[in-house]
Amino acid sequence: MIKFIYSIGAYALLLKRTFGKPERSKIIWRRFFEEANSIGIQSLGIVAIVSLFVGAVTCINTAYQLVSALIPDSAIGSVVSESSILELAPVLISLVLAGKVGSNIATELGYMRLTEQIDAIEVMGVNSASYLILPKLLASIIMIPVLIIIGQFLSIIGGIIVGELLGIVGVYDFSIGAIEVFRIKTFIISMVKAFSFSFLISSVAAYQGYTVMGGSREVGEASTRTVVYSCILILLSDYVVAQVFL
Amino acid sequence: MITVKNLYKSFNNKVVLEDISTEFLPGKCNMIIGASGSGKTVMIKCMVGLIDADQGEILYQNKDFSKMNYKEKKNQRQEIGMLFQYSALFDSLNIFENVAFPLRIFSQKTKAEINDRVEFCLTRVNLDPKQVKNKFPDEISGGMKKRVGIARAIVLNPKYLYCDEPNSGLDPLTAHVIDELISEITQEFNTTTIINTHDMNSVMKYGDKIVYLYQGKLRFDGTPNEIKNTQDKNIRDFVYASQFT
Repeated sequence: MIKFIYSIGAYALLLKRTFGKPERSKIIWRRFFEEANSIGIQSLGIVAIVSLFVGAVTCINTAYQLVSALIPDSAIGSVVSESSILELAPVLISLVLAGKVGSNIATELGYMRLTEQIDAIEVMGVNSASYLILPKLLASIIMIPVLIIIGQFLSIIGGIIVGELLGIVGVYDFSIGAIEVFRIKTFIISMVKAFSFSFLISSVAAYQGYTVMGGSREVGEASTRTVVYSCILILLSDYVVAQVFL
Repeated sequence: MITVKNLYKSFNNKVVLEDISTEFLPGKCNMIIGASGSGKTVMIKCMVGLIDADQGEILYQNKDFSKMNYKEKKNQRQEIGMLFQYSALFDSLNIFENVAFPLRIFSQKTKAEINDRVEFCLTRVNLDPKQVKNKFPDEISGGMKKRVGIARAIVLNPKYLYCDEPNSGLDPLTAHVIDELISEITQEFNTTTIINTHDMNSVMKYGDKIVYLYQGKLRFDGTPNEIKNTQDKNIRDFVYASQFT
């Protein structure tokens, strides 16, 4: 328990240092674009694959469960789009990114800690937390929601493609169903989730990596902890957002 | 002048440094020696503020580093250059950007001025800027990494240069070249250099002052001649363990 409270305090202090005034804003912005490329652009492939399959499987599952003459085909489009926007895309993509982006951040910072690169930055009088972590946090907070929006769109596309190819539901009926249930509130709630998940993924990973002590084994453990803690926190905050906003 | 007064540091109830007090000679090569685990690296890290000491004072020009506020510490650190044991070059940056890093953060120099300064520092450590500046740290040898580390450490013209085991992991010839380079830089730029090393050859050849740590305590504080002639068996065993020339 004491260790847990200590970790929360250390995490808060690290965030305070991270949001401290950077030495050179220009350098932070340059690093931001590098990180945005690494976190955002290089995750597009995995996000596209996950989203397309999630939409496709949701379409098949929904069609399987809604077998009734009383239910119109457009209901499949409604269910797929609503669940993709509100739940599946934000949560599943964030869980995948907790593995890809989170472990990457933790490993990179952990390695820098072990090889004294962070010490070298500190000795120069540079706020290493701000220099190293702030661009990653900002890039995550901007790029992960963008990836989630792309994922929501592709998930619906996945549902449309499979619905059409397997003869479950036509493009027109699917689209009518999707448009009928679309509400801006749903999208806003999904963005609240996206921003909170992206902050959790990057900040937990940064804390785990930045505070590594020991050797390569500890870096591996920090990376694993990052994924486990991030996944738990994503699911927990998903519940909190649902409870508060729905 | 750097003065250390009554320095204490423990980790998990294990005392690593106990009541260390000494003064380092300005503009000279000051050597901290001792067996592995004697507290040399912890002492250096306390002196540059990477580790907070439990007790004691580290005075730069009579100003206690541990009592400085954030801005004062930051300014003080800009007067400090440090060469790390494994060079600690930023592996995501090429050699040019590694050396230019402190300039980009702290100086108002133009691109051309930064370029000139980096090339000067690389040349000073006997590297050809044209050949190395676009390479990444994992593309150069250990000796070259140390030289780049020195170039980065001196790029802001530091008053104080710390070197943590500068010749560890290097072949004897390269180790000699690095030692020679640090000694030359100390004289040329009048830096107060503090070197943490095991290598008695370099201690005897380049050291102006020697601090010997034994199990976290200061056991000897004097000149190379004094340590050569000491009657303390523990120190003699350490000093004469290697056949220095």
